[in-house]
Amino acid sequence: MSTIDSKIPKGPLAEKWTNYKNTQKLVNPANKRRLDIIVIGTGLAGASAAATLGELGFNVLNFCMQDSPRRAHSIAAQGGINAAKNYQNDGDSIYRLFYDTIKGGDYRAREANVYRLAEVSNNIIDQCVAQGVPFAREYGGTLANRSFGGAQVSRTFYAKGQTGQQLLLGAYSALSRQIQKGSVKEYTRREVLDIVLIDGRARGVIVRNMTNGKIERYAAHAVVMATGGYGNAYFLSTNAMHSNGSVAIQAYRKGAYFANPCYVQIHPTCIPVHGDYQSKLTLMSESLRNDGRIWVPKKKEDAEAIRAGKLKPTQIKEEDRDYYLERRYPAFGNLVPRDVASRAAKERCDAGYGVAPSGLAVYLDFSEAINRLGKDAIKAKYGNLFQMYEKIADENPYETPMMIYPAIHYTMGGIWVDYELQTSIPGLFAIGECNFSDHGANRLGASALMQGLADGYFVLPYTIQNYLSDQIQVPRFSVDTPEFEEAERSVVEKENRILNIQGHRTVDSIHKDLGHIMWEYVGMGRTKESLETAIEKLKDLKKEFWSNVYVPGKVEDLNIELGKALRLADFIEIGELIAHDALNRNESCGGHFREEYQTPEGEALRQDEEYSYVSCWKYTGEGSAPELLKEPLDYEFTERKTRNYKN
Amino acid sequence: MAKSINITLKVWRQKDAKSKGHFETYHLENISTDSSFLEMLDILNEKLVDEHKEPIAFDHDCREGICGMCSLYINGHPHGYESEVTTCQLHMRKFKDGDVITVEPWRSRAFPVIRDLMVDRGAYDKIMQAGGYISVNTGGTPDANAIPISKEIADEAMDAATCIGCGACAAACKNGSAMLFVSAKVSQLALLPQGKLEAARRAKAMVAKMDELGFGNCTNTGACAAECPKSISLSNIARLNREFLCAKLKD
Ligand SMILES: Cc1cc2nc3c(=O)[nH]c(=O)nc-3n(C[C@H](O)[C@H](O)[C@H](O)COP(=O)(O)OP(=O)(O)OC[C@H]3O[C@@H](n4cnc5c(N)ncnc54)[C@H](O)[C@@H]3O)c2cc1C
Ligand code: SF4
Ligand code: FES
Repeated sequence: MSTIDSKIPKGPLAEKWTNYKNTQKLVNPANKRRLDIIVIGTGLAGASAAATLGELGFNVLNFCMQDSPRRAHSIAAQGGINAAKNYQNDGDSIYRLFYDTIKGGDYRAREANVYRLAEVSNNIIDQCVAQGVPFAREYGGTLANRSFGGAQVSRTFYAKGQTGQQLLLGAYSALSRQIQKGSVKEYTRREVLDIVLIDGRARGVIVRNMTNGKIERYAAHAVVMATGGYGNAYFLSTNAMHSNGSVAIQAYRKGAYFANPCYVQIHPTCIPVHGDYQSKLTLMSESLRNDGRIWVPKKKEDAEAIRAGKLKPTQIKEEDRDYYLERRYPAFGNLVPRDVASRAAKERCDAGYGVAPSGLAVYLDFSEAINRLGKDAIKAKYGNLFQMYEKIADENPYETPMMIYPAIHYTMGGIWVDYELQTSIPGLFAIGECNFSDHGANRLGASALMQGLADGYFVLPYTIQNYLSDQIQVPRFSVDTPEFEEAERSVVEKENRILNIQGHRTVDSIHKDLGHIMWEYVGMGRTKESLETAIEKLKDLKKEFWSNVYVPGKVEDLNIELGKALRLADFIEIGELIAHDALNRNESCGGHFREEYQTPEGEALRQDEEYSYVSCWKYTGEGSAPELLKEPLDYEFTERKTRNYKN
Repeated sequence: MAKSINITLKVWRQKDAKSKGHFETYHLENISTDSSFLEMLDILNEKLVDEHKEPIAFDHDCREGICGMCSLYINGHPHGYESEVTTCQLHMRKFKDGDVITVEPWRSRAFPVIRDLMVDRGAYDKIMQAGGYISVNTGGTPDANAIPISKEIADEAMDAATCIGCGACAAACKNGSAMLFVSAKVSQLALLPQGKLEAARRAKAMVAKMDELGFGNCTNTGACAAECPKSISLSNIARLNREFLCAKLKD
């Protein structure tokens, strides 16, 4: 059995990163020019890494599927980014950000990684301000902050409801500068279909040019994947339409461990599903919970009348409203972490108190905040979110409460990496949402942007040098080697296989089936039975895909359906991994809720004795069950507690 | 409340940049008015695939008005007639039963058609590469609160920074000018103390690149701002002109 080496540096928690940097190997400037690095992805993680590596003098090849690096999914992040600046003087510190993240992750993250994240968080804010990111400010000219779930301090920096956009445009501007200088070469509308290994090391990629279907090969001394999360395995999610898990699955098939796939985050405040033609779900930022209060009617009759369209929410008297989060969790109220808030919404709806015709919605109400602060103040804070809501729901949230329901949003699980962000394949690194590293079983709001930029600006550019320092003698690779030939051959074979099925089902119709299975049986509440059912159903669905999908057109052409089909094949595999992992983990923790493991009050019940480990799944071949390797999680510096948001 | 409508679509189909394009007519029935415009196109594409025909190529990604990937000229307007929305935020409730809807790609010299409704907006990236940044490397930056910036200035910079780079401004302009897009970035960075130092140089480099790439001259028609889904203001163009003049005077 392989053993897992997470390469955590020795020493006290607060000194590990400094110790690492002091002793790691570096590459001198003259040699950097001779080293090529492929970065897949231009989201916060990919763009920041590509730009920084380019600045350092490496030769970077950067890929994305969109027509411009600026359009990566990170652009859609709304609420904000955390940092331990303590500008508000409200008791924040690096340790407190570390602690909140560990606790928010339900004690399933690595202490050393999380501490490093908290440590570099402050540099990120400095960096972004220097790039011209227009963060919100106070009248006195200093930076403003807001609160996010799972924290009792205000440490979230924001740019209206468009924080991801502004941070990504900052990284994109740094990237553009390097492209101009020639240190980064940008490849847009490209889809990486495989990673090429030579002598066990990652040395290149096979790419599909999305505008003409031609296959291209690229070689490098190291490959960095920054490809985002796999939430679209559920079909409906808050992710962008092109978000996918394909590079992760290819890496897994080549030997990279897939860690904790079952840790999927369901975000409590999304616009509810309203039709079967729907293509995605829209998030209403968590920041809204600063001022919005969540409720359902106290009386079932009222809920029924609302569902039937006979009663309006504004007609429900104050005493007939159940502010269930404030009731259940007095200390954190509406600002409990996401997993807790999502389950509480599901509990109320399952019990028959849901609103909207479907009964699958709760209210997020701003009337009290509007009365207290005035409509203008609310507009200044959340104007674009309110506008977005109105466009979709056709209701004015200044006048009537928003309707929200939980939806798939983020994947904590992902490709396993060590402290250096290197996967179990030498020379293959994973950063941002596509790795598993920092959020344990549940991510706190405003921490994904922090992690993506921490990895890309401040961690990877150091750690990758420790790997590259002994690669300086390795000459540039040719893409004509047998390994590239073979990788391209198998990619083209797969494309042709899919195209030749010529069945009766469209790609989307099968993807929707996948989504239903995942949401129904591997969603917010999981049981042994539901997971076993899912695994059976997924087997059938896989068969259905490989025997009955219909993809029109040719391989060597702009073929949108073929691209979707390739991604769907991988989503089905991810679905299977999620279900397997969830079945293995006989406990409830963070986003993974097994109904068998809960307290009498319905709170998640961890089983620390047995499950305090990272599940690392190793591919063992087509049709054979993956092998489970365990990375033990030893908590040296924090005491594991039951999460308590009540008092 | 959701209703269903029947519509007729006239969609521009074009194999590639060199081929001649043409309109195709499609009829769709029972489209829910709660669906978005792009979801309506998804339904049409599902139908085309079912009939073993080639689906319509169009760009999209976030489907919530922020990535700038969607485009489309709808009934003669970029992102449709409604103001302050992108195509992906446009809903079918804005249309009536029996409507005929014309859908075309961005038409602008600098944005060649790739296929059908998909165009190449790489020129906007090239303009950004010419100077749309503050020249600062990662690390070694001062504390974020070291330079106070008044709320008014920060907000104004933020308003300019909301440009999503969609290209509607150039597509709407009879001259095919990219001035609104360029001025938004120039303004954002010129307003902030961090970006002031390079303001003149930046304006000059970006404008030169814009000219080089085949965008037309700005004659102040204002069509860009009228069609911009993010309400980027014409005042940015005035600021760009000031920065540009400064740069010229220094030459
Ligand atoms: C609606 C929404 C709001 C959010 N709000 C917040 C927030 O307020 N605060 C917060 O901290 N987090 C937030 N998040 C989470 C956060 O936005 C993401 O986790 C983060 O942006 C992911 O960044 P990334 O760089 O890892 O990946 P992404 O931004 O997803 O980028 C992935 C990149 O990889 C490329 N790529 C993918 N596959 C391939 C392939 N096969 N070939 C080539 N390229 C490929 C894509 O083109 C893209 O460039 C939000 C998420 C959503 C969905
Ligand atoms: S200025 Fe407006 S129309 Fe032009 S690219 Fe920016 S957002 Fe689009
Ligand atoms: S698809 Fe992103 S703005 Fe329309």
